[in-house]
Amino acid sequence: MRRTLLYSGLTVAFVLIVLVSAGAGQLSISPLEVFGAIMHRIGLDLGPVPASATAETALWTVRFPRIVMAALIGAALSAAGLLMQAIFGNPLAEPGVVGVSSGAALGASATIVFGWTFLGGWTIAVTAFIAGLIATLLVYVMSRANGKTEVVTLVLTGIAVNAFAGAGLAFLTFLGTAASREQIVFWQLGSLNGSRWDQVLIILPLVVAGIIAAVIVSRRLDLLSLGERSARHLGVNVEVLRVFVIVVVALLVGASVAFAGVIAFVGLVIPHLMRMILGPAHGPLLFASLMGGAVLLLTADLVARTAVPNADLPIGMLTSLVGGPFFFWMLRRTRKRSGGWA
Amino acid sequence: MRSRSTHLVIPDPLTPGEVAIEARGITFTVGQRELLSGVDLTVHAGEMLALIGPNGAGKSTLLGALTGDNHLTSGSVTLAGTPLHEWTLKQLARRRGVLLQDNGVFFPFTVEQVVEMGRAPWLGTARDNEDEVAVREAIESTDIHHLRQRQVPSLSGGERARTAFARVIASRTGILLLDEPTAALDLKHQEDVLQLARQRAANGDAVVVVLHDLGLAAAYADSITLLQRGRVAAAGTPAEVLTSERITAVYEHPVEVFPHPVTGALIVQPVRR
Repeated sequence: MRRTLLYSGLTVAFVLIVLVSAGAGQLSISPLEVFGAIMHRIGLDLGPVPASATAETALWTVRFPRIVMAALIGAALSAAGLLMQAIFGNPLAEPGVVGVSSGAALGASATIVFGWTFLGGWTIAVTAFIAGLIATLLVYVMSRANGKTEVVTLVLTGIAVNAFAGAGLAFLTFLGTAASREQIVFWQLGSLNGSRWDQVLIILPLVVAGIIAAVIVSRRLDLLSLGERSARHLGVNVEVLRVFVIVVVALLVGASVAFAGVIAFVGLVIPHLMRMILGPAHGPLLFASLMGGAVLLLTADLVARTAVPNADLPIGMLTSLVGGPFFFWMLRRTRKRSGGWA
Repeated sequence: MRSRSTHLVIPDPLTPGEVAIEARGITFTVGQRELLSGVDLTVHAGEMLALIGPNGAGKSTLLGALTGDNHLTSGSVTLAGTPLHEWTLKQLARRRGVLLQDNGVFFPFTVEQVVEMGRAPWLGTARDNEDEVAVREAIESTDIHHLRQRQVPSLSGGERARTAFARVIASRTGILLLDEPTAALDLKHQEDVLQLARQRAANGDAVVVVLHDLGLAAAYADSITLLQRGRVAAAGTPAEVLTSERITAVYEHPVEVFPHPVTGALIVQPVRR
C-alpha cells in the first residue's frame, strides 16, 4: 500500500516536473504544448503542438537532452549512494561526501588539461570512471574495520580523499590554459548546461548497465546487512559482491561526473528519505531511489535555470545547499542514537 | 551447464548417526599465538555437542574453524563427508546454519524481514515453497511473534539474539553451529532456545553449541568438548567430562558437581564459602 502510493506519487511527480521543466525558460512553452510535442514525435496525434518552430527546436535540441541528462544522472547518483551505503553498512556513505566524485572530477579534469582523446567522445567518461574507481577502492580499504565503517572513520577518510583530489584539481587548474581552467571550475561546481544528445547516448548505456547490475545484487545486499560473516553463511560470496558493487558505483559516478561535474548529496538525501518511507529492503528501495533521484535533480536543474533571470546557476551548488544541512542533521541523529561518535 | 545444476541441488538429509562434522588435528595460528592446537572433534547426526571452556580457551575460534571462517594452519574439517574447502558457499548454506555472537543488523530491517533472510539459501529451489511455514514456525517457537514488525536495531539484546536464532532456525539446515545462543537471554528463553536445539537434534540434525553455563551444558548436551588454552582438555558425555576435579582445575576456581536430589541431573556450582 505504502509502496504503491510512493511509486505512483513519484511517477506523477516525474511526469509533471518533466513537462514543467521543459516548458520553463526564456522561451516559455506551456506544459500541454510540451506534452503535445512529445506525443507528435512518437506518432500520436495528441495535444497541441508548440506555437512556433523556434519553440519546437528549443525543446528538441536544448531542453530535452538536458532533461534526459538530469533524470539519468539523478537516478545514477541516487543508486550509487544506495549501493555505497549497503557495502559500507553505513547510511552516511555517499559518493560526494567520501570523495569518489572529486576523484572522478580529477580524472575528467586531467583529460581536459592534457588534451587526451585516445577514446574519442568516451575518453572523459573512461578517465572519470578509472579515477572514480581508484577513489572508491581507496576509501573502502581505508575506512573499514570488522565488516563495517564507523561514522567518524568514514567522514575523516572522505576529508582526506577530498583534500587529495582538491590538491590535484588545484594543480591542474594551475597548469591549464584559461579555457581548460574554466572547464575545471565547471566540474567542481557541477552543471547540466550544454547537455547534448551525443552525451546522452554515452551516458545512457552506462547508467542502464549500472542499474541492471544493482537490481541483480539487491537481494544479496539485504543479506549483507547481517554482517559479512552471516551473509557468507547464507551463501553470499561477499568478496566478489564487494568488488562488483565498487565497480558499479565507480561506473555510475564516473558517467555522471564526466558530463555534469560534482553533484553531491543526491545519493545521501534520496536513499535516506526513501528508506524512511519504505524500509531498508534494497529491491523496492532501489526503484524508489532511482525515481526520487531523477525527480530531485530535475527539480534542482529547473531552479538552476530559472531562479535568476538569464543565468544558469551551478546545480552542484544547489544540491549541496540542501544536502549540507541534511547531512548535518543525519550526523546529529546518528550520534544521538549510538550515544557517541560510533 | 554444470553450474546451473549444482546451483539448485538440495542436499540429502543426514542419516541418523552419520558423521556430520569431523575435525582432525586442527591448528590455527594468528601471528605467533597458537589459538587452537591439534583439536579433534566429531559430531554425529542426531547429536548435540556443547563446546565449553574458560574465556579465551578457543571456543568461538573452534566454531569459526568449523564454519570455514578461520582458515586453518593445519588439520582438516569435513562436513557430511566432504572436505570444507570443496563446498560451494551456496551448498554450504543449505547444509549448515550458523549463529554468531554478533547479531547486529546495519539497517532498520523488521524482525520478520530478518527471519525471512534465513530462507535465502533456498531461493529458486524446490524447497522455497516451505518459506512461509518455516518463517512462521521459527517466529512462533522463539517467542518473537509480538515483535514481527519491530525494527531490529531498536530491540533489546535478548530480543535481537532471539531474532538471529529464529533466522538460523528458519533455514532448516541439517547442521546447526551456534555461538553462545543463550548469552543475552533470560532464564526462560535460555531454556526455550536449548530445548529447540535439543528438539532439532532429536529429529536427526547435528548441533554444535558454544555454552558458558555449565549447568545448561550438563542438562542439554549429548556430549561435551572441554577446551583449555586451545587444546581439548576432555571430551565425552556430560558425566564423563564434568567432574569437580577437572572443572576446578580448568576454570582455576573450586567447583562442585553433584546430582540433583530428585532427578539425578548434574548440577555444576562454584564453591562459595
